[in-house]
Amino acid sequence: MSKSHGSRRNFLKGTAAIMAAPAILKYTNAYADNPVIKIGHVSPRTGSLAGFAEADDYVLAAIAKAFEGGIENNGKRYTVKIISKDSQSNPNRAAQVAADLILRDEVDIIVAASTPDTVNPVADQAEAMEVPCITTDCPWQPYFFGRKGVPGKGFDSTYHFFWGLEDVIGSFLDMWGKTGVKKVAGGLFPNDADGNAWGHPELGLPKPLAEAGYNLVVPGQYQPLTDDFSSQISAFKEAGCEIITGNMIPPDFATFWSQAAQQGLKPKVVTIGKAILFPSVVESLGERGDGLSSEVWWSPNHPFNSSLTGASAKDLAHGYTAASGRPWTQPIGFKHALFEVVADVIKRADDLSDPSAIIKAIAGTKLDTIVGNVDWSNGPINNVTKTPLVAGQWQREGDKFDLKIVANTSAPAIPLTGELKLLG
Amino acid sequence: MDWINALIQGILLGGLYALFAAGLSLIFGVMRLVNIAHGDLIVLAAYLGLSVTIMLGIHPLLAMFAVVPMMAAIGYVLQRGILNKTLGDDLLPPLLVTFGLSVIIQNVLLEVYSADPQKLDAGTLEIASISVGDLSIGVLPLLTFGIAVAIIASLHWMFYHTSLGRSFRAVSDNQDIAQLMGLNRRHIFGLAMALALAVTAVAGVMLGVRTNFDPSIGGARLIFGFEAVIIGGLGNLWGTLVGGIILGVAQTLGAQINPGWQLLAGHITFLCIIAFKPRGFFPRVSG
Repeated sequence: MSKSHGSRRNFLKGTAAIMAAPAILKYTNAYADNPVIKIGHVSPRTGSLAGFAEADDYVLAAIAKAFEGGIENNGKRYTVKIISKDSQSNPNRAAQVAADLILRDEVDIIVAASTPDTVNPVADQAEAMEVPCITTDCPWQPYFFGRKGVPGKGFDSTYHFFWGLEDVIGSFLDMWGKTGVKKVAGGLFPNDADGNAWGHPELGLPKPLAEAGYNLVVPGQYQPLTDDFSSQISAFKEAGCEIITGNMIPPDFATFWSQAAQQGLKPKVVTIGKAILFPSVVESLGERGDGLSSEVWWSPNHPFNSSLTGASAKDLAHGYTAASGRPWTQPIGFKHALFEVVADVIKRADDLSDPSAIIKAIAGTKLDTIVGNVDWSNGPINNVTKTPLVAGQWQREGDKFDLKIVANTSAPAIPLTGELKLLG
Repeated sequence: MDWINALIQGILLGGLYALFAAGLSLIFGVMRLVNIAHGDLIVLAAYLGLSVTIMLGIHPLLAMFAVVPMMAAIGYVLQRGILNKTLGDDLLPPLLVTFGLSVIIQNVLLEVYSADPQKLDAGTLEIASISVGDLSIGVLPLLTFGIAVAIIASLHWMFYHTSLGRSFRAVSDNQDIAQLMGLNRRHIFGLAMALALAVTAVAGVMLGVRTNFDPSIGGARLIFGFEAVIIGGLGNLWGTLVGGIILGVAQTLGAQINPGWQLLAGHITFLCIIAFKPRGFFPRVSG
């Protein structure tokens, strides 16, 4: 963290270089010959969602390299410039930087990823200002309904690829069905955007679980950052729940999970969305992280390759681990895929100076990316298309945790890498 | 049975809230300083605990012996270096400075430790429990409660039976006269902040063992601390413990009706108490 104090001379040298830079750059080839196409990128670099963006530098470096020679469109080579801004995990800030990118930097396409708090405000700004927008890494229900989308009508300029709640439910049921445990599940849903969607009696988990013969015990939705889960634990104990499921933030899950042990709740399967997405969280739970299960959007074992660099999912994930010394995370693949789609759109658009031509190119995308096929002609609802989702379990191997894919009925192309083990 | 369980869990939860609040209560009692950065200082202590446990490979409860003096030193330097300069007749400058401090601490923690949620690994202590009839009481919450009571008892004893406590009470009653009597109030304030952050250190480590923490989580913890202090009566340490327990019990009983009411029940109880007893249950007799 320590920085040496720069001398006045160094300061002057640096300032002179910066001041002179535009004049020098003007005469370099890349800037003189090619027209520039600008991509705005909004991502939660800091704040509570920073985990989603931890691999941004790694992903963007690879993308910048792939874009080095520019992209050809209608026989003309374009220099691609990516301007990345931090949403600080704050939806208001996300809207503000999106507006800055559109109005001040005059970007041609805007992209965003990571949770409704980043994706929705950016997409709303883009829609209002009629700038082409591609987003990912947020289930489509909060994206579509959270933005007051009308089924059948959709949006004009904004497109989204990811999976939906129906896929989560399908893969959870797929995984639980194999275990033969008693069909009594305890549900933990917070009173936030995700919890409301997951716990919604019609659109969330309760209805399909009941149809599949599960008794879902939900004592009620709790406020996030609760310090005590005694009432839920006693309700689950009384109902004899063998499965615990829901959508939680990491601190709430950690509180619940140690209280459950203290108060003698011993479920056989614990499948929680969001909280145990990142390996760092599972590692922080120590031994008690072993055997927890969750949805899997992307893993090194997904049989897909990048359309930009040709790298396989394994190359991309392990490349990150090698570059940073940190375990791979699921958002890496989607962040990369976002720019794959951008590159493909730039190549195909009829006229890059016309936003409506770019939007037409986005809608016509048919691309095999590192997270699967992206094709807006076969989505579940307007402006949305889905990538495959499977279910996985964190299993301890030595002192490391590995996310094994244990259920894949909805996407058999993604190979199973392990078998679900019961807890306790 | 569920209700009795909820009641007991609520009392134990109150111990945690009292730990959060004891430092606040102390600083407010001695120098009328409202510390907005208190929650972030708790998180800072948890991170220091994390660093110590990882570097030395020791149990988090042992790490406390290192974290407590570290936080106390930070407290003394903080008070003498920054906060003393803001104290005066106006309540606003210290409020704004501690608010700024809160933002700085969060961002420094984010820079140094990243946004990863962390936890202090206390091994089997985390899941150990004692069975009493049908009830199962976690050892960790029980320990937290015990520590809270012990800390408040010793702070109370210190306040009324030592010369340091006398100095604290003197500057609290009238800064100028205390100064005339030969007390260096800047030094006394430094010591009070050191003591408050030493308590915060314990709260941080206990929080880190109980649940996950990340740099942004401090603010949410601050509000329970404030509520406990106000319910109990400003500046009264035993009152702070009672305030914490009332808050904890209100939450768990509320949750027993419906988990959605858990935090709400705590806040409503707090508002009712403010409405009927604006000075809290045990306000310190002034003058």
